[in-house]
Amino acid sequence: MNNNENNIILFSNDELKNIEDIKSHYPDSKSALLPVLWIVQEKYGWISEDSMKCVGDLLDIPYEHILGVVTFYTMFNSKPIGKVHLQICTNVSCMIKGGRELFKYVSDKLGVKNKETTSDGMFTIEEVECLGSCESAPMMQVNNKEFYENLTKEKIDKLLEELHKKNI
Amino acid sequence: MKIILKDIPDLQKLDIYESNGGYSTLKKALKDMSPDDIINEVKASNLRGRGGACFPTGLKWTFMPKVTEKPKYLCCNGDESEPGSFKDREIFEKNPHQFIEGTLLSCYAMGIKTAYVYIRGEYYKWINLLQKAIDDAYKKGYIGKNILGTNFSTDIYIHRGAGAYICGEESALMNSIEGKRGYPRVKPPFPATYGLWGNPTTINNIETLANIPEIIKNGHEWFLKIGEPKHPGTLLFGVSGHINKPGVYELETGTPLMTIINDYCGGMIDGKEIKMVIPGGSSMPPLTKEEALTIKMDDASLKAIGSAIGTAGVIVMNEDTDIVKVLERISQFYYHESCGQCTPCREGTGWLMRILKRINNGEGRIEDLDLLTDVSQNIEGNTICALGDAAAWPVKWTVKKFRDEFEKKIKKESVSLPVKNKVHSLR
Ligand SMILES: Cc1cc2nc3c(=O)[nH]c(=O)nc-3n(C[C@H](O)[C@H](O)[C@H](O)COP(=O)(O)O)c2cc1C
Ligand code: SF4
Ligand code: FES
Repeated sequence: MNNNENNIILFSNDELKNIEDIKSHYPDSKSALLPVLWIVQEKYGWISEDSMKCVGDLLDIPYEHILGVVTFYTMFNSKPIGKVHLQICTNVSCMIKGGRELFKYVSDKLGVKNKETTSDGMFTIEEVECLGSCESAPMMQVNNKEFYENLTKEKIDKLLEELHKKNI
Repeated sequence: MKIILKDIPDLQKLDIYESNGGYSTLKKALKDMSPDDIINEVKASNLRGRGGACFPTGLKWTFMPKVTEKPKYLCCNGDESEPGSFKDREIFEKNPHQFIEGTLLSCYAMGIKTAYVYIRGEYYKWINLLQKAIDDAYKKGYIGKNILGTNFSTDIYIHRGAGAYICGEESALMNSIEGKRGYPRVKPPFPATYGLWGNPTTINNIETLANIPEIIKNGHEWFLKIGEPKHPGTLLFGVSGHINKPGVYELETGTPLMTIINDYCGGMIDGKEIKMVIPGGSSMPPLTKEEALTIKMDDASLKAIGSAIGTAGVIVMNEDTDIVKVLERISQFYYHESCGQCTPCREGTGWLMRILKRINNGEGRIEDLDLLTDVSQNIEGNTICALGDAAAWPVKWTVKKFRDEFEKKIKKESVSLPVKNKVHSLR
């Protein structure tokens, strides 16, 4: 397979056009790496070795560099994860408002430990650092996007149920 | 006094911002002021950076070369990853155009044609809010080519981070924009001479830039009259912890901490006593209750008692809080976020965390307290970037100010806690 074919498999034409636009934001197209990795992750949920190689071809960056970048940033997943990624903050402001107990509650309820995925592939849970929402502690982020704030056991129960329904 | 988070409904919308005088300062400045006029005004206003180090903004801008063949860049720092800080997102949400106008004025002042707004990856919602504001401003000709019919052109792009506290450090931030791992660079060379892609670059915090339009509009004398003259203006205090109404409060510098806690945050939950307050994000040395009762919140007042204003992220902890556990959690954070380039930081942060864990597990020794101080002093000042200091300060000062808490744990006296870290939200 040549590079072109790879990239067409990884990205749609619209996405490729978008990537061209992103490249034009920087004097050096290699700087488009983070935004392009975001596109891959949002589409596939994680960034595989093959994806990294394709992105490398597209932006003319060696695979090793991309691997280094993907593993440096905690939000990039270099392994597949569950459909719903629950990231619970346990840093100070959340911790003193029950963040750790909340994490344990979710962990016990789902029967998985930190960074593990439930056997049905639905939920991955992760203890994370401060998400910049300390006023609404304890809180968590779902799928790198939505914040759920001022959490209680009741709110978590309801939310997990909803997320489960939405994702089967 | 509010300069940024004004009480105007829907100010985030471009037409509302315009009808309240928005972008008129840019218009006027492009017509009547030279770039140097703007720099001089900012210098005279004594505006100090809101990203943590309190560096004089006008002075920083003068480090940029005036005549150069190279392109110049502005990085707007919205990484906001210091635990306890959540103020910049409030600007993205409530008054993004004032930040954009400030960015444009800054670019005009320094002869910059491209600005990048670096925003932490978790702020997905706020990235979209700011992007909408930027798009609207492009459409109206405030950003882009030949702004408002002049020959001043500037582009503003958002660069989304991907989870790494260290990318808030200015040189790590530039590496991250360049598509690399967020490793801080050895300085010198400083960003003003060798920044993004080796070109002259200035890095400013979002709140710093959002202050610029009002300073240019009202003049430095007006600004100097707000709050403490040596650290004038307002601060966006992000207050969290054991208080009734956590949130972001814009107040003049020099506002007493207890005024913030009692008059704005509705006092302590259940009327409990304060035990410890972190005044400016988790890397700032903590305050004891006695200090908290009298301290005014500005750079000089906090420095005088061995702490600092940082990002004005205030974490309030009550009498039931297990201080040693809190410190262990803080140390765990810095250990996790150390990029690993410097031995004192990489190894030292691990040592700190492990010693604190040992004390919390009931296996501490009294010598551990000196060891904690010793390890933090060996990190401090011996590293490429200030993350090392950020990891060392809270440990050194918490041990110093709350030594009895540690000793009680080590001597296994009951640390009179009714419930360890009482859970408020899960009851
Ligand atoms: C480890 C570390 C993290 C930092 N994080 C941030 C941040 O999230 N936001 C910020 O504005 N400045 C942060 N800073 C400070 C920046 O390096 C820089 O001083 C600041 O953005 C300059 O802006 P100012 O002069 O307007 O304050 C951090 C510094 C260090 C050492
Ligand atoms: S002080 Fe720590 S975070 Fe900063 S460069 Fe050194 S190892 Fe990296
Ligand atoms: S400590 Fe949890 S969001 Fe800041």
